[in-house]
Amino acid sequence: MAVTHASDVGGRAHAGVGRNPVLLTLVGTAVVLMVAHAFGVLPPWLQRIPETMIPPTAEALDAVFAFVQNDLGLIYVTRFIAEGPLEFFLDATANLLYGKRRWPMLGPIPWTAIAGAAAVLGYYLGGWRLAVLAGGTFVWTALIGQWDIAMQTMSVLVVAAPIAFLIGLLLGIAAWKYVRVDTVIKPILSVLQTLPFFTYLLPAVIFFKVGPTAGAVATIIYAMPPMILMTTLGLKKVSPEVVEAGKMSGCTRWQMLTRVYLPAARTEILVGVNQVIMLCLAMVVLTAFIGMPGLGAKLLAMMGSFKLGRSFEIGVTIVLFAIMLDRLSKAWVVKQPIHFEKGTPWWKQHAYLLIGLAVFSFFCIVSQFVDVFAEIGRRQSFSKGKEIDVAIKSFLAIDAVNAVTEWLRWFLNVKVLIPFRNSLLWIPTPAFILLVTALAYWLGGKRPAIYAFVFFTLVAFSGWWDRSVITLYTVISAVIISMLVGIPLGIFAARSAKWSNRILLACDTAQTFPSFIYLIPAIMLFGVNDVAVVFAIVIFTTVPLTRYTIEGLRTVPPEITEAADMSGATRRQKLWSVQLPMALPTMAVGFNQAIMFAFFMVIIAAFIGTQDLGQELQRTLAGTELGKNIVLGLNVAFMALTFDLAVMAWAEKRKKMLGLG
Amino acid sequence: MAPVISARSVWKLFGAHPEKYLRTMPENHSFDDIRADGYIAGVKDVSVDVSQGEMLVIMGLSGSGKSTLVRCFSRLHDITSGTIEVDGQDIMSLAEKDLIELRRSKMGMVFQSFGLLPHRTVLENVAFPLEMRGQDKYTRRERALEVVRLVGLEGREDYFPRELSGGQQQRVGIARSLAIEPDIWFLDEPFSALDPLIRREMQDEFLRLQEMLGKTIVFITHDFDEALRLADRIAIMKDGAIEQCDTPDAIVMSPATEYVRKFTEDIDKARVVHARGLSRPVNGMTLEGNAVDAKATIQDLARQLVNETREAIPVADKSGKVIGVMHRSEALDLLLGAG
Repeated sequence: MAVTHASDVGGRAHAGVGRNPVLLTLVGTAVVLMVAHAFGVLPPWLQRIPETMIPPTAEALDAVFAFVQNDLGLIYVTRFIAEGPLEFFLDATANLLYGKRRWPMLGPIPWTAIAGAAAVLGYYLGGWRLAVLAGGTFVWTALIGQWDIAMQTMSVLVVAAPIAFLIGLLLGIAAWKYVRVDTVIKPILSVLQTLPFFTYLLPAVIFFKVGPTAGAVATIIYAMPPMILMTTLGLKKVSPEVVEAGKMSGCTRWQMLTRVYLPAARTEILVGVNQVIMLCLAMVVLTAFIGMPGLGAKLLAMMGSFKLGRSFEIGVTIVLFAIMLDRLSKAWVVKQPIHFEKGTPWWKQHAYLLIGLAVFSFFCIVSQFVDVFAEIGRRQSFSKGKEIDVAIKSFLAIDAVNAVTEWLRWFLNVKVLIPFRNSLLWIPTPAFILLVTALAYWLGGKRPAIYAFVFFTLVAFSGWWDRSVITLYTVISAVIISMLVGIPLGIFAARSAKWSNRILLACDTAQTFPSFIYLIPAIMLFGVNDVAVVFAIVIFTTVPLTRYTIEGLRTVPPEITEAADMSGATRRQKLWSVQLPMALPTMAVGFNQAIMFAFFMVIIAAFIGTQDLGQELQRTLAGTELGKNIVLGLNVAFMALTFDLAVMAWAEKRKKMLGLG
Repeated sequence: MAPVISARSVWKLFGAHPEKYLRTMPENHSFDDIRADGYIAGVKDVSVDVSQGEMLVIMGLSGSGKSTLVRCFSRLHDITSGTIEVDGQDIMSLAEKDLIELRRSKMGMVFQSFGLLPHRTVLENVAFPLEMRGQDKYTRRERALEVVRLVGLEGREDYFPRELSGGQQQRVGIARSLAIEPDIWFLDEPFSALDPLIRREMQDEFLRLQEMLGKTIVFITHDFDEALRLADRIAIMKDGAIEQCDTPDAIVMSPATEYVRKFTEDIDKARVVHARGLSRPVNGMTLEGNAVDAKATIQDLARQLVNETREAIPVADKSGKVIGVMHRSEALDLLLGAG
């Protein structure tokens, strides 16, 4: 069922597939296996891989890690980094931001000073709107009484983001300069990008101390890949004439890199910075799972005890921070240097810097005398957690609302999700692998099919087949539901420029939220069960689907739609026979992203209580089962990569066919 | 006088193993034969000299290898075989350090889409080559201001490239290439990206600069009119090889190949050919009356030719010395398009 549906996306691109011998063999064998199973004649070792045949991968990995960690002494190196430079920086920012008793013993900086300086920075980068956003975010955080936990989160972010940027930049330059580095790094990056975040967390905990250091390390590794990719992309895009102009000016290699390439790739590098910051924020929030204090930990605790009001408030804070960081860094991307007329005095050229410093010092001094300007106490805060909690709970208790959510929960669970899950679990392992391989072959051709076969076979031999299938089932159900929502929404929005812009803005904003946030409404509406998990994934994955549908439809060349209009096509005809086929490759990219997002979210949703890989992964965090953690993580990555490779290969092929480059 | 640039049977092949391929390649392999083997002949057996103060225009359609050839002269490309000497020095034998030194002291280049550094102001762009060779801030600013003034961009020193029009951006490109006072000036289709009116204006500007500075110039264009207007000599390229390299008069009057002839077909020859181009040795003929200026085009002489009563008209150079004889009927044929 899942398989047939996913194939529908490919749609009319492949005529005459039925006669393809490879495909026929794959599907045919799978069908034979399933029919045999239905009649009860399939031997048990063909239904599931027998326990005895499953290699002890986790144990083997544990042994390897133990060897590297203890016998080779890697642990001393990592502990040194953790306790030395990294902890030093983390302590310093912790002192400045929330007054931890460490060097330089200056903090905490008064909230008013930070908010004021942020507002000036916002004004410099993007005028009044950004000034209000930047200053307002900090004011809100202070007034709502979350200043300290927010600053705990920020203290890790301000250390992790620059390090991730720096390492990413250096690796990006290396990958651009040396083909060999590039070939080594590329596959590692694509695995890293599909690896669930729990898999980042445990090694971080084991190799670097628990707490902020491990959190920072996991965050750095998690946020680095896009920086590497953007740096390489930016450097490759520098126009050859600019390069030649540099050479003809007699640049040495070092001068070429620092004076020509890097400045000319500024835009892409800054886009990388934006992504680093956003991923850092997302990850810092998630490090709550390994006990890092901050916004994430508080949110986790509040959701765990079903305090919806406080969860909601923390959610708002996180969202505000996300939007603020995103907008500020994006404003920085488009900010072009401006020229001053001759004779502009020094203070005028650096006006913003001076005003910022003045505001900062002013509030620092004032807060020495007025306590409220330095810190807002627990009793002074404006938190309305209890009231909101009561409001939400009484709203949900209204009969009509309750009836709707109850019915949805019942309908989805009993009529859709459970039957679907059971039928997927019913399929014999070999048949499942063959079907997935057939799908990949049909979509992307030979290479993706081979990968699909190898990856799913590896999953089968990992010993976690049933949990993997349950993970896959959640992902597929959620993606199908979000397609039913997102694609029509995108088609509707694409009809007018006004709505396109509005929805795209909403999607852009939603994409900056740390994924954790999406659990809040799901838990609010559906409590703690499978439907809430699917719901959380659905809101998360609808965003890219809608976004790419709009983008695909809006970028159909106007001559083509005009030609359709002049041929007398109705709106519906134009949509079905002109716009959608042209938009499909772009939509496929959105579909792919939706799947990747779903794999990511399904693991986080383990927090709500699932029976899939995420649940097992979360359990490993409590202990030291590094091997098992990695096996589980790789299972998720393998399944995600299978889809990634197949769908992207299809989109590429299709694009080439349509001459869209 | 020794040529400034001297290229001898230069080859530049693009492909997997160009050197090895070229060594084993049969002689007289054509461009298409080479392409069939998976290689592209960017430059195919080119020999050409550029002498001091000369303006050589390399002309050809896109893909004919003209840009590649000029990049071989400056060693932006390493050639596959042959030799290129600049001021008597084989540039392929230069170490990286010496090559950088050569570019820093002797060469300037202007690019088709300007190649300006987007993050630097006009002045910083112009001063860039000076900065690279480590000149101090003060002298580099002085010099940059001087060149900016020379190309007529005074008052725009602090603008960024994106704030300028195409013509202005190319003035920055020209200023930058002149900042180090190069001996050799490469211009790679400098005016192609500009619209026709601006192009004309920039050509005049360029001629003015050249008159003032008298550099050795290699100028690339795909525009035959531009080539005729500017060149001392024109090299016409096709498929990486030079079809003909000669003065504009000679190319128009006696095209060496069918390809060159096609180019010259639609050209109003009377506007290109000078009296010198039609003049023949005197061979003891007795000439009467006033001589015409060797540098005048046939079109300049049109009125005189129509009213002329002599068949043999003397041609004299600047100093008034008779250098040859031009036949009226021949000149009229050319003027009326029968030549």
